[in-house]
Amino acid sequence: MSGLLKFITCGSVDDGKSTLIGHMLYDSKLLYADQKKALLLDSKVGSRGGDIDYSLLLDGLMAEREQGITIDVAYRYFTTDRRSFIVADTPGHEEYTRNMAVGASFAQLAVILVDATQGILVQTRRHSRICALMGIHYFVFAVNKMDLVQYSEKRFQSIVCDIQKLAKQLGLKNVMVIPVSATEGDNITRRSENMKWYTGSTLLDYLENVDVSENNENTEFYLPVQRVCRPNHTFRGFAGQVESGVVKFGQRLVTLPSRETATVQSLLVGDKQADRAYAGQAVTIQLDREVDVSRGCVLTSDVHLPVSRRITATLLWMDDETLTVGREYLAKLGTKRIPAVVKNIQYKIDVNSGEQIPTQTASKNELVVCELEFTEKIVVDEFRRNKTLGELILIDRVSHMTSACGVVEHVNSNTEKPVFADGSLQVGGYLYDELYFNPETVLLSCNPSQKVTYHIGDRVPDNGDSFHYPANYDVLSAAAQTAVFIRNGAVARILPLADYLYTGQPVLDERGLTVNIASQEEFKRFLTAYQMANKKKLASLRNQWLSFGNFRRAAFTDTF
Amino acid sequence: MSELSHLDELEAEAIYIIREVAAECEKPVMLYSIGKDSSVMLHLAMKAFYPEKPPFPFLHVNTTWKFKEMIAFRDQTAKELGINMIEYINKEGAARGVNPFDYGSSYTDIMKTQALKQALKKYGFTAAFGGGRRDEEKSRAKERIFSFRNEAQAWDPKNQRPEMWKLYNTEINQGESMRVFPISNWTETDIWEYIKRENIPIVSLYFAKERPVVHRGNNLIMVDDDRMRLNPGEVPEMKKVRFRTLGCYPLTGAIESEADTLDKIIAETLSSVESERTSRVIDNDGGEASMEKRKREGYF
Repeated sequence: MSGLLKFITCGSVDDGKSTLIGHMLYDSKLLYADQKKALLLDSKVGSRGGDIDYSLLLDGLMAEREQGITIDVAYRYFTTDRRSFIVADTPGHEEYTRNMAVGASFAQLAVILVDATQGILVQTRRHSRICALMGIHYFVFAVNKMDLVQYSEKRFQSIVCDIQKLAKQLGLKNVMVIPVSATEGDNITRRSENMKWYTGSTLLDYLENVDVSENNENTEFYLPVQRVCRPNHTFRGFAGQVESGVVKFGQRLVTLPSRETATVQSLLVGDKQADRAYAGQAVTIQLDREVDVSRGCVLTSDVHLPVSRRITATLLWMDDETLTVGREYLAKLGTKRIPAVVKNIQYKIDVNSGEQIPTQTASKNELVVCELEFTEKIVVDEFRRNKTLGELILIDRVSHMTSACGVVEHVNSNTEKPVFADGSLQVGGYLYDELYFNPETVLLSCNPSQKVTYHIGDRVPDNGDSFHYPANYDVLSAAAQTAVFIRNGAVARILPLADYLYTGQPVLDERGLTVNIASQEEFKRFLTAYQMANKKKLASLRNQWLSFGNFRRAAFTDTF
Repeated sequence: MSELSHLDELEAEAIYIIREVAAECEKPVMLYSIGKDSSVMLHLAMKAFYPEKPPFPFLHVNTTWKFKEMIAFRDQTAKELGINMIEYINKEGAARGVNPFDYGSSYTDIMKTQALKQALKKYGFTAAFGGGRRDEEKSRAKERIFSFRNEAQAWDPKNQRPEMWKLYNTEINQGESMRVFPISNWTETDIWEYIKRENIPIVSLYFAKERPVVHRGNNLIMVDDDRMRLNPGEVPEMKKVRFRTLGCYPLTGAIESEADTLDKIIAETLSSVESERTSRVIDNDGGEASMEKRKREGYF
């Protein structure tokens, strides 16, 4: 059992979270004398008429003390004879839910306070749901203020019943319920004389003994690369933290997303050579050959780790500005930093009932399930399978606010349906998708119609909100190295680009943009230019060869 | 055996954070105050990039009132490790003769806070590592590991960016910066146990020794050089003392102690009834929220 336990306290406003922790520290003689003295002084001038106000120990910001509330998460460190603890005391107000979530992302166990006089509140459900979402597996419900309900066992049992229902709804596995009084100290560190009917452990007892270690057997090794260490020409090491499994000297590894194989030539744990390294350790790995790996790539023993552009994720929206479908955010996932677009919102989750409600947007403190698309393929996995590759945040590109955090529910397949196909000749793109422009937000978005694949002989659309195509034209796809002939509004032929000869018909690309060529010579030059192109600098090439307005326009829209 | 110890976990977390800054921030610097926390930070930075040297310089903001021994230790450390150590002094403040005796709390503001802000601005650093720990003080207990500072280098405690898992948001605009605290989750005991385990060199002022001190208020102040202004009736006497924290010698209280080895220091720390900051005269100045006020103004 690991010596350290990281836990959070949460619950609704005035459920007594800070008081509970304050009392635990005070009782366990875990305060320094000067902190105790300051506490007594503060209490005297505080509102509670001379009684010790334990919450003053934790509410450290001036605004918090003025308003008598907790705004941001506070961390406290204490050690008993049996264990070291880090506790994050989190705010109860809905307004500060995101700060509560910060604490939850850090913790292995949640102590959720329930006011015995009030029972389970919306905030109790919200916090439990967020804790479960952020990956906490151990829950203690501390039914507080038992002194105010005359230490009634009946009252306690009825709350236990509600907690069990909630636990079932959220799929919580390890749930403990303890009746306490944070102000009086019942069942915090000492057994309560007032509740002889309760025979379970005190809160501190439970926290000292609970085993939260996860069963990590048979997990594959992976390491998201933080940076490449190149002190000289002979050393090239990949630095990062082992997130799972074991890595050994001489082991064969796969690089992702480049999918090369190489052998571990040297392994440093910190600054020391080692034979092997375990999950949680900071290492630098040298491979036996040159590989295409930089920050954001992953070294692994698991060839089946998914690499994809599209995921479905549950997001906790944390920004004052609402979530905009179609807008580009900056995502961080593992050590990868990459632009991401929210493609659609499937539904939001009612924090109280768990009901799935259809929605077009998300506001602060709401939970939504949505589909995200990255600008390139990255190594990403379901949160429940590989935690580190399934956690993400979204950053607003203008305000730089951390707008959302979320977990990956599903990695979606990369294989988008092609627009044209004839056996192995396939062309992607969005020739027949609608483009919309919102002049207020200055955002352009592509609204995929029903994705259809057109084969030889199939009729293709000629008129949409944002496109108007002639009956005859050629489609050239440099990406797919394929050409398509449309004749009389139907697919007439699909052929390799190398076999294409200029026909004199209008020439489009797979997005519906006009390709500016009017002869076989120009086609050859176009082909060469694309073959020589630097993939990261395509803008000038496109400016030279493509035009937007001939067959395509952007239709106005009011949404997004 | 794959279970990491508590110290192993803290070390890995700190190295991860230090590497993230090097990878994502444009122009980082590590603040170096010569104290025990700085010694641990420097050690972690050397480990994080080995066999490379840390890819950023170290900055010591010198108030000119540090213990002599601290400066000698700083210069020797930089030389031995081959790292780039920048010293910054608020020349204007020094020229005006700003000193801890006559200027009270404005001394700290001018020679520490303003000096730090000047230095960060002069070199254009976009991220500065600090050795702050959350167990030190209440407003630090509330601060993020990656703490955003606006153009005035001020902290806005009511509007901190959410910080999830270890996905740190390092995005800033021109003129804004980050303060980064890799050892946020360490306690004073962790620091000492790590120093012992890793055999990290520290200034000998931490070990008990006979030193010349005077009683001033509730503090024992060491007479480190002849600039020390003695009040009427104050006579330096030799006492066996050591320091729990190090700063400007006229503002740093010593404690009477027999702890002259790491083991004795650790035992003393574990049984201590007072938190380490009581020996900092500066923190008691300005009441309960003085640290938060200074942090809002740009102090570390």
